[in-house]
Amino acid sequence: MVNEVCLRTLDLDRPWRLEQYQSRGGYEMLTRILKEKTPPDEIIEEVKKSGLRGRGGAGFPTGLKWSFIARNAPGQKYVVCNSDEGEPGTFKDRDILRYNPHQLVEGMIIAAYAIGATRGYNYIRGEFWEPYERFETALKEAREAGFLGENLLGSGFDFELHSHLGGGAYVCGEETALLESIEGKKGQPRFKPPFPAHFGLYGRPTIINNTESLASIPMILKEGGPWFADIGVKNSGGSKLFSISGNLNNPGVFEIPMGTPFSELLEMAGGVKGGRKLKAVIPGGSSAPVIPGEQMMDLTMDYDAIAEAGSMLGSGAVIVLDDTNCMVKVLERMSYFYHEESCGQCTPCREGTGWLYRVVSRIENGQGRQEDLDLLNDVAARIGGRTICALGDAAAGPVAGMLKHFRDEFQYHIDHKKCLVGAG
Amino acid sequence: MNTIEVNNKAEIFSTEIRGEIDQWVAKYPADWKQSAVMAALRIVQDANGGWLTTELMNDVAAYLDMAPIAVYEVATFYSMYELKPVGKHKICICTNVSCMINNSERVVEHLEDRLGIKLGQTTEDGRFTLKEVECLGACGGAPMMQIGKQYYENLTPEIIDSILEGLE
Ligand SMILES: Cc1cc2nc3c(=O)[nH]c(=O)nc-3n(C[C@H](O)[C@H](O)[C@H](O)COP(=O)(O)O)c2cc1C
Ligand code: SF4
Ligand code: FES
Repeated sequence: MVNEVCLRTLDLDRPWRLEQYQSRGGYEMLTRILKEKTPPDEIIEEVKKSGLRGRGGAGFPTGLKWSFIARNAPGQKYVVCNSDEGEPGTFKDRDILRYNPHQLVEGMIIAAYAIGATRGYNYIRGEFWEPYERFETALKEAREAGFLGENLLGSGFDFELHSHLGGGAYVCGEETALLESIEGKKGQPRFKPPFPAHFGLYGRPTIINNTESLASIPMILKEGGPWFADIGVKNSGGSKLFSISGNLNNPGVFEIPMGTPFSELLEMAGGVKGGRKLKAVIPGGSSAPVIPGEQMMDLTMDYDAIAEAGSMLGSGAVIVLDDTNCMVKVLERMSYFYHEESCGQCTPCREGTGWLYRVVSRIENGQGRQEDLDLLNDVAARIGGRTICALGDAAAGPVAGMLKHFRDEFQYHIDHKKCLVGAG
Repeated sequence: MNTIEVNNKAEIFSTEIRGEIDQWVAKYPADWKQSAVMAALRIVQDANGGWLTTELMNDVAAYLDMAPIAVYEVATFYSMYELKPVGKHKICICTNVSCMINNSERVVEHLEDRLGIKLGQTTEDGRFTLKEVECLGACGGAPMMQIGKQYYENLTPEIIDSILEGLE
């Protein structure tokens, strides 16, 4: 049961080409919808039944999000795809863009039909040049085949889709920052509400979804919502792309059913490199609290199991750490990242991320003080929930987990001015 | 808003550059030319050896009917725009967690030794710049780097040497 949805054409030669996608039934669902003029509500209902939750990290139910759009309100509406893929550890959308771009295109057209949008943008991070070119080729092929443009397949429905390239800013993955960025501004998140469903791109009603969410749509409709839901487990419908990296023999992207034991995923990734001991796992991108290796081996990869263990499934980015890693150093690097990427709009985030980084850094460098451990928890707690966007929470998220599970390493650094792990 | 008055936009950039920018402008609503600013900056930066001068940013502002300050804001916000000269080959090395625990430090050291410069610097002959970057979404191939539009993954000192030797 691998590669059933987004990566289902991966075994084909040059799977990104239109003819290859069509050899596996590509664009059949869209064609059927346009020919039969399927009522949009039916489509949204089917997506709800599938249990698909947003694959960008927040896990919000996709069907529900779509139902917030006032479909019949006059004027322009937009569908926006989030291919910014910036959360450290995440590298799955890149593979969808490179190997199955047409399924994303088809998913976006169907989404547009469902909410009554006639224009869409795919926001691709600026560094992703090869994926961008693949996506552009797919757009060209789709346009020539009559799947994009005016009056699609004679249905009277118009839809035009373009790429927008980012410029290197993690915060632009946040949906409202992303919209600002498409509008040609610096990518600073907006206050919410209003939410994009009411006031989105260019002030118009907009749905914004992750690449994987949108690329899942054609199969959900083709096979039915319940089919997708049944691949996974309760509250976690479908299969999911896991980007698994770190100290591994065979890191990569694996599309497997939600609820698969972590131990199986680890095996697919070739196990820990050099036969070393599994120390810890960051299960959902660098903002997800760390879980000790032993505990992780008993968990399944779904929203509920990971949440019960005190972390989150996020974007499905699994970072595997072996026993040679110093957790203080890992936290230092993560704190540096959030501090660098804070857009600076909110004081708790701007100041707090800087403070976190400086304190972890001085502990790492043997200048930590005993009070620093409480200080870290304190600063993190003061950021969480007090900011415009979730970058602040993302920065605070890893701190408590690290101190809870690996406090002894931080303590050792403070007491001995050096690292507990290895000779360091 | 202070925009720069220009009589003839055809005088701002070369025909090719205007053609490229116009393709991007056409993707957005007619009253949202500003949406093409990121693409325009990228295009003129590429044509100028990889960095943006104030003059170029002013030209972009004039071409897209934007206030120059709005263009500077964009150019300074995003990390892919360079406001100072860079080498012919900008080597962007990821040092985020997955790369770090796969020894990106060795990649940095090797490049620093070989080129005789530190992160953030450019070689005297103007051929190479070393830049530290955040996760580039290719952690499965850690450690990795980007040169120009190309990703290079699973780096070792030997692989790095052969990549550098293959560059003009
Ligand atoms: C700082 C920050 C960075 C984010 N980066 C991404 C990203 O790179 N890709 C993504 O799909 N969602 C990202 N998100 C989540 C988006 O805001 C949004 O929830 C998502 O695109 C919605 O799509 P989905 O419901 O299909 O997941 C980020 C959120 C935050 C706060
Ligand atoms: S939380 Fe941080 S990144 Fe988000 S808007 Fe506030 S300052 Fe910017
Ligand atoms: S951590 Fe280096 S590419 Fe993701």
